[in-house]
Amino acid sequence: MARAEAPESRTDPTASAEAAIVVPPEIVAQSLGEWFRAWIARLRAGQSGVLPVVLGLVLISIVFTAISPNNVFLSAGNLVNLFQQSAVFMVLAMAEIFVLLLGEIDLSTGFTAGVGGVIAVQLVQPVTTKWPWWGAIVAALLACALIGALQGTLVTRLRLSSLIVTLAGSLILNGVMLILLGLGPFSGYPSLLGQNPNIVTLYKLMWGTIDPVVGWIGMAAVVVAIALLLWTSDSRRRRSGLVAPPVGLTLIKIGLIAVVGIVVVAICNINRAALGTLEGVPWVIPIVLAILAVWMVLIQRTRFGRYVYAIGGNPEAARRAGVSLATIRTWCFVLCAFTAGIGGLLYASYLGGMSNNFNGGQLVLYAIAAAVIGGTSLFGGRGKMLHGVLGGLVIGGIYNGMYLLAIDVKWQFIVTGLVLLVAVTIDALSRRSATSGSAARV
Amino acid sequence: MIRDSPLASEPLLKLRGVEKHFGPVQALYNVDLDLPAGKVTALVGDNGAGKSVLTKCIAGIYAIDHGQFFWEGHPVQIHSPRDAARLGIETVYQDLALADNLDIVQNMFLGRERLRSGFLNEDDMERAAGQTLANLRVTTVRSIRQPVASLSGGQRQSVAVAKAVMWNSKLVMLDEPTAALGVVQTQMVLDLVRRLRDRGLAVMMISHNLNDVFEVADRIAILHLGRMVAQDRASAFDRQSAVEYMTTGTFGRAAQAGNGKGQHGTS
Repeated sequence: MARAEAPESRTDPTASAEAAIVVPPEIVAQSLGEWFRAWIARLRAGQSGVLPVVLGLVLISIVFTAISPNNVFLSAGNLVNLFQQSAVFMVLAMAEIFVLLLGEIDLSTGFTAGVGGVIAVQLVQPVTTKWPWWGAIVAALLACALIGALQGTLVTRLRLSSLIVTLAGSLILNGVMLILLGLGPFSGYPSLLGQNPNIVTLYKLMWGTIDPVVGWIGMAAVVVAIALLLWTSDSRRRRSGLVAPPVGLTLIKIGLIAVVGIVVVAICNINRAALGTLEGVPWVIPIVLAILAVWMVLIQRTRFGRYVYAIGGNPEAARRAGVSLATIRTWCFVLCAFTAGIGGLLYASYLGGMSNNFNGGQLVLYAIAAAVIGGTSLFGGRGKMLHGVLGGLVIGGIYNGMYLLAIDVKWQFIVTGLVLLVAVTIDALSRRSATSGSAARV
Repeated sequence: MIRDSPLASEPLLKLRGVEKHFGPVQALYNVDLDLPAGKVTALVGDNGAGKSVLTKCIAGIYAIDHGQFFWEGHPVQIHSPRDAARLGIETVYQDLALADNLDIVQNMFLGRERLRSGFLNEDDMERAAGQTLANLRVTTVRSIRQPVASLSGGQRQSVAVAKAVMWNSKLVMLDEPTAALGVVQTQMVLDLVRRLRDRGLAVMMISHNLNDVFEVADRIAILHLGRMVAQDRASAFDRQSAVEYMTTGTFGRAAQAGNGKGQHGTS
């Protein structure tokens, strides 16, 4: 095999060269140089991690900057707008990842989000229910969690296909959303525009901004906290002889996080208003990062998360290990719908209200595309929460770019479909090459 | 069928008169089996002889209809896999039940993760898994953090065995551990089986492959159509007699010797 040059393969005469290749570089490399060589070897074997997404983002930026009117794509104003548009895709993609990791799918996340958004917007209306903003948010998210629990129970207890259950659910929730929209004296368009403090708070989820100085301080605090965590855990593992990335890699990771933080805050702190002042990090960025952090910890650092991966990888192994498959699966549907509800709140805030223009069917496809483009597999067991955020940025970039070019909606549909198709093709091809590799190893 | 020799120490697990049927189909007839500690007992037989059923009865997956289990001389009931695990019985099935997407440590601790203030204690688990693998001298893996998908067949088998012995188990049952393995890897797994025996575990190995059986087994038990037709020290059999027992249930001139005298666990 041409890949036999991989230096690690000689330690195990029984494992073939392919077997050596798929090992993530950071768990075998002792030095940065070794890590880099292992990483290159892995790239050549077609296992590239998040690299395609990052390249995709660069490509999208270049293309849309070149063809957008006045190269407006990379302007501060548009980039912040892009973050805000992408936020909905990111959150819905993170929701979808909970069920994708199991090898299931939820086609109803779009309209679950819609129902959540409408509930919150309706409840805070000062002329009808007058709920406080927090009460409306809690009610909306609980309703979404309940939707997830119902669908999850149907899938796990009655062993129905998640595809069909959630397709039916999507249709039902579309109807429910229209019913909820029709309540009250708003002729189907409850809005978040107005001076009522509860309405303003919901509106600010997306449009509120953080004072530039506070933004810098907050960003610095977050970066330092992450750096300390990474550094202490990596160096503790290195000291006790456990598998740990080389020092250089830890430093590079910390450096990258710092650079991303500085760039984002710097862009957001540029005055992006044509007249007057509009500057600062929008609230939605720390909101999305907080969701990402909590779900990352849940999925990677807890027993629950471990079982989700185990079920996605080999349900029989999980069952024999004493894992209650039905419980874990149902919870994944609950968490998916709950997270989708947050996405719905952000969507309502972005549009300043809810209306029957809400296209949940398209949103869920964007969400799945974002998760898959980010690197999460439709076949289960492979994926990370971070994939949802990166993939959401790609989808947001395409969506935003087409909007800037004033491309007709019929072409937007076609492009969305093609993007999803490309993503699932890549997923299926990479899986096929992985399984044919393991077949050769047996 | 088996006379207890007063000289032999009490086997770790003793089955007496075990019967199992599925509806009208009788799978096991009056089976006696001894599994002594520190010995490898090979369970052989043709397809449909009842090897898997017997294994699953011991593992607690099937409830037996008649007969008794004696664990270290005391009568015990095994109604569920949990009962079996509590006694210290672990089974490595042919499909290994490893999650390809998880790494070696994660697989070895699946279902029994160690926690520290509610979160996974990865450092602790990695240390313990590394220790177990080192004790069993499973040293060919490059990193215990590599996903199981990247392991060779023999390495996977080794990980599955290490997972089984990690929990202070006393009896390990291996279902066709060398099926689908190449020569080098088969050797690696057989070495591992010997190491389990040397650590004082009782090992039951189900196998079709008489080469492996004669290479590693201390005792051989032969099933034929649900009956235990012969059980003795491995040296009491040769290839020809073993094959004949497996295929016909008797062995010409050795029939009396095999069924009569040699049946106790003197090995």
